[in-house]
Amino acid sequence: MHPHEHVPAAGPPLLTVVAVVALVVGAAAYAAGLRAARARSPWPARRTLCWYAGLACAGAATVGPLAEASRSSFTAHMAGHVLLGMLTPLLLVLAAPVSLLLRALPAARARRVSAALRSPAARVVGHPVVAGLLAAGGLWLLYTTGLFHRAHASAPVGLVVHAHVLLAGWLLTASLVGPDPHPSRATFRVRAIVLVGFVAAHSVLAKWLYAHPPAGVSAADARAGAQLMYYAGDVVDVALMVLLVSGWYAATRPRDLAPARVRERTGLA
Amino acid sequence: MAGRDAAADVTDDAGARDRRTVLSGVLFGAGVAASIVDLFVFHLGLQWHHFYDLSTTQVALAADGVFHAVGWFVTVWGLFLLADVRRRAEVSWARWVGAVVAGLGGFQLLDGVLNHKILGIHQIRYEVDLLVYDVVWIGTAVVALVVGLVVLRRARPGRPRPAGPA
Repeated sequence: MHPHEHVPAAGPPLLTVVAVVALVVGAAAYAAGLRAARARSPWPARRTLCWYAGLACAGAATVGPLAEASRSSFTAHMAGHVLLGMLTPLLLVLAAPVSLLLRALPAARARRVSAALRSPAARVVGHPVVAGLLAAGGLWLLYTTGLFHRAHASAPVGLVVHAHVLLAGWLLTASLVGPDPHPSRATFRVRAIVLVGFVAAHSVLAKWLYAHPPAGVSAADARAGAQLMYYAGDVVDVALMVLLVSGWYAATRPRDLAPARVRERTGLA
Repeated sequence: MAGRDAAADVTDDAGARDRRTVLSGVLFGAGVAASIVDLFVFHLGLQWHHFYDLSTTQVALAADGVFHAVGWFVTVWGLFLLADVRRRAEVSWARWVGAVVAGLGGFQLLDGVLNHKILGIHQIRYEVDLLVYDVVWIGTAVVALVVGLVVLRRARPGRPRPAGPA
């Protein structure tokens, strides 16, 4: 690691430009999907709400005062990390964008999309173990090597890091939970192990950062940021656990509940 | 975990339902001790525990992360297992409460012996004589574990028998 601290932002804020374009495209695409599928059965309003709340979180992390503050404050950087890598993916997954796309497209093109989602490459990348390694591995690389420093010094590197945090978090969340159809949903056991493993890796990394501040970050700032990563991460992690286990609860619902309870009450079980 | 077939077994088999009731209670009790009691009582309430005392080895740090993740997961999973038993049949609440108390005591015992003393992840409190804290911690854990096991035994399904030693 290099002892150069406070590297000035080089040139125009590349991240801001790309983020604004991506947010506008994301907002317009979902609206277009809603419009194209408006003749079909009603689309739950909470999904639409989740999509735009997710875009707002992504915007807060990449454009505006928090993104500006994260250039100099590790705690602000970590707030942006939790927003972009954890809360945004959860909200975007709950918005069921794949379901909306399949509803909005004509049948022939929708079939091509679902064939692409079932392709071997999509199955590999969509597997929770692969997605979990991409997400956790990216974080470890970012915070335990000189990458954190370089992401602040170079706009293209910073852009790639932000994109990876969002996309890997999205991929992992979608592989674990959510209303969208999944081409090869892993078993509950595999998803539970991956989620627990990811939460463990995330909390170990937070404590490691508490003790080992990245280059150019003060000890007090690193400690505040590490605790934010740990506790704010917990809130999203517990929400993911509730969604994952409630999926198991719904999937194992007995076909006919009433007779079992009647038999039990009358002693005929 | 349980697929459709296993779910059908649980509906029809009182023994499987009872095992699921006990599993739910043990997981929830241990999870509450690991996540909620630790966070709200010792970190936020008493402020005896520190976020990270910087004395930990790499192995202990990794073990701590796994405990943390598993603690939250089994808290959530234990409650959904209880809901699952409840939608199929009447829950034996004495059995479930006994399992919760046993799980809580069991986890505190593990925490007090393995985490505090053997792995040395963290201590109960800092800059005090630890012996009395360790004795109280491990003692209350053993009491909770024994009480939980006794309640579990007394609430056993099937023919009532005189309660023996736990």
